[in-house]
Amino acid sequence: MSGMDTITPLAPGTSTRSPPPRVRRISGLSDRAVVWLFIAPTMFLLLAINIFPLIWAIRLSFTGFMANLPRPLGFIGIDNYVDILTDEDIWTNFQVTAHFVFWTIVLQVLIGLALALLINQKFRGHSFWTTVILLPMMLSPAVVGNFWTLLLQPQIGPFNYFIGFFTGAAPSSFTMIGSVSLAPWTIVMVNTWMWTPYVMLICLAGLRSIPEYIYEAAEVDRASSLRQFWSITLPMVTPFLMLAVLFQAIQSFEMFDLVNLLTSGGPGSTTELVSITLKRAAFEKWQTGYASALAVILFVTVFGAANIYVKLLNKVKQQ
Amino acid sequence: MSDAPSHRPFSEPAPILRWLAGVIVVTYALVSVLPIAWIGMTAFKSQSDAIAYPPKVFFTPTLEGFVDLFTVQTHQPHDFIVKLPPPTSWYEKLARDHDKVIAGPSRVIERFVNSIIIGFGSTLLATFLGTLAAYGFSRFKVPLADDLMFFILSTRMMPPIAVAVPIYMMYRYLNLYDTRIGMILLYTAVNVSLAVWLLKGFIDEIPREYEEAALIDGYTRLQAFRKVVLPQAVTGIAATAIFCLIFSWNEYAFNLLLTNSEAQTMPPFIPFIIGEGGQNWPAVAAGTTLFLAPIFVFTIALRKHLLRGITFGAVRK
Repeated sequence: MSGMDTITPLAPGTSTRSPPPRVRRISGLSDRAVVWLFIAPTMFLLLAINIFPLIWAIRLSFTGFMANLPRPLGFIGIDNYVDILTDEDIWTNFQVTAHFVFWTIVLQVLIGLALALLINQKFRGHSFWTTVILLPMMLSPAVVGNFWTLLLQPQIGPFNYFIGFFTGAAPSSFTMIGSVSLAPWTIVMVNTWMWTPYVMLICLAGLRSIPEYIYEAAEVDRASSLRQFWSITLPMVTPFLMLAVLFQAIQSFEMFDLVNLLTSGGPGSTTELVSITLKRAAFEKWQTGYASALAVILFVTVFGAANIYVKLLNKVKQQ
Repeated sequence: MSDAPSHRPFSEPAPILRWLAGVIVVTYALVSVLPIAWIGMTAFKSQSDAIAYPPKVFFTPTLEGFVDLFTVQTHQPHDFIVKLPPPTSWYEKLARDHDKVIAGPSRVIERFVNSIIIGFGSTLLATFLGTLAAYGFSRFKVPLADDLMFFILSTRMMPPIAVAVPIYMMYRYLNLYDTRIGMILLYTAVNVSLAVWLLKGFIDEIPREYEEAALIDGYTRLQAFRKVVLPQAVTGIAATAIFCLIFSWNEYAFNLLLTNSEAQTMPPFIPFIIGEGGQNWPAVAAGTTLFLAPIFVFTIALRKHLLRGITFGAVRK
């Protein structure tokens, strides 16, 4: 590691105004040793438990290996990729996932931003109610998925009664989980319920970052409140909103736990997200090679999309 | 909960608007905690109340759900129950009221213990490693620092299911499958990325002058780190630790795929709390309530740092 030679103690940073004094130490480890000692364990752990498996998965994706059979790897080239990309069912799963991600994001952004704007009116007790609203996102998604199955039971669950009370529909006349047309919306609804607070919290930070004098200047110019919203609030909040969307899009795209317990992909495959397909291929059908190829596709998609998005985000920030 | 002093003399909302905003937000808050409250209520229902049609809002509370959660019971004929010596505890009496006899403790306690050991173990390790690495990145010129930091972040972007297959094979090979130590290492690896990012932010905010003064006074770098930086980073370290703990506590996918009994934690276990003829909802709800309770405490404790934690330190208030 010849690059290590460039390590100097304390380059002037944001908090130092004058260059740091050169310090001679009589005993103790050199700074170079300290930095190595401090960073290496983390790097080693990440390489062993994240990168090594990833590389292995890439290797496996070119084989017909099945983890439950004691067989050699058996390289089959890009067959797995060809199989996946020409499989109608997989495309259906990607469509289901896209529907889920898209509507989750739309609803989260609309409701989250609206809530943030309302909370920013600083009514009495707003900080207490903000904390109450945050609760769902702190819970375990798996446990949330599980307990919503009780709430959504058409007969014994309270949800259908709640809806019936407001719409007049008979509570047992519809089933949120068992119906082909409703189930894709059910997973959107529960995920939105859980993660809207996330978007709200980030939007709230965005709103609070807007300096007051901008609004004061706008008042002096007699700009209407609507005008102020469109030309001050919204543009200033957009970078924050985009960050929230990035995190939520990645998370929804990789969604497994909540939906696995809520609908386990059913009825039929109407809520079968890609990660549920992946789990089934890997741990139920034991098509390890095939599942690895799907995993690589999933990872490349997330990583590629995230990279493009971050570039976009940086452009917006600069404006 | 007093009102913050008004900062915007010009754009101060009209009282009626402020009141309306309050009403809408409070309504949303109440509706959104309703599902959680319902589960909390179900934990104290009897089995027949829990599956009543229509759903019951008012009911006589009972601890049946909790007794069912923590014990294994067997059904016995009523004649047999009557002949038994009188029950020695309240929970035994509760079981006998339903013609059941307690055969022993259930496995839920082991799962809770696993959740606690794996949660705290991985939190300690991730926070420890994260603090060291964050200090390294914050105070020294590390070659390719930006790339390394991005690499650390990107490990978190991997879908758990995508890496689960090779990790499963690796763990089988290393005999780490279904072991607590295996789960601790895995959760540490997932958490350390968050820990490094958050803690780097916190340590960046500590002025370097303190350490420099200590170094001039003859402290070694390690001493300065231990006696000057650590005490000042305590709040940040605590907040980071709670975030790691919440992740490990809530995690489901890895635990589902990499354990089957010995190292299973609560999230994959809760859906399998089954009674006779389907799910025993009061027992499931009791387990869920006990499992979620610590999270409420953490959320309140973390209020000030929540934003940082959920955005990897990208947004700071």
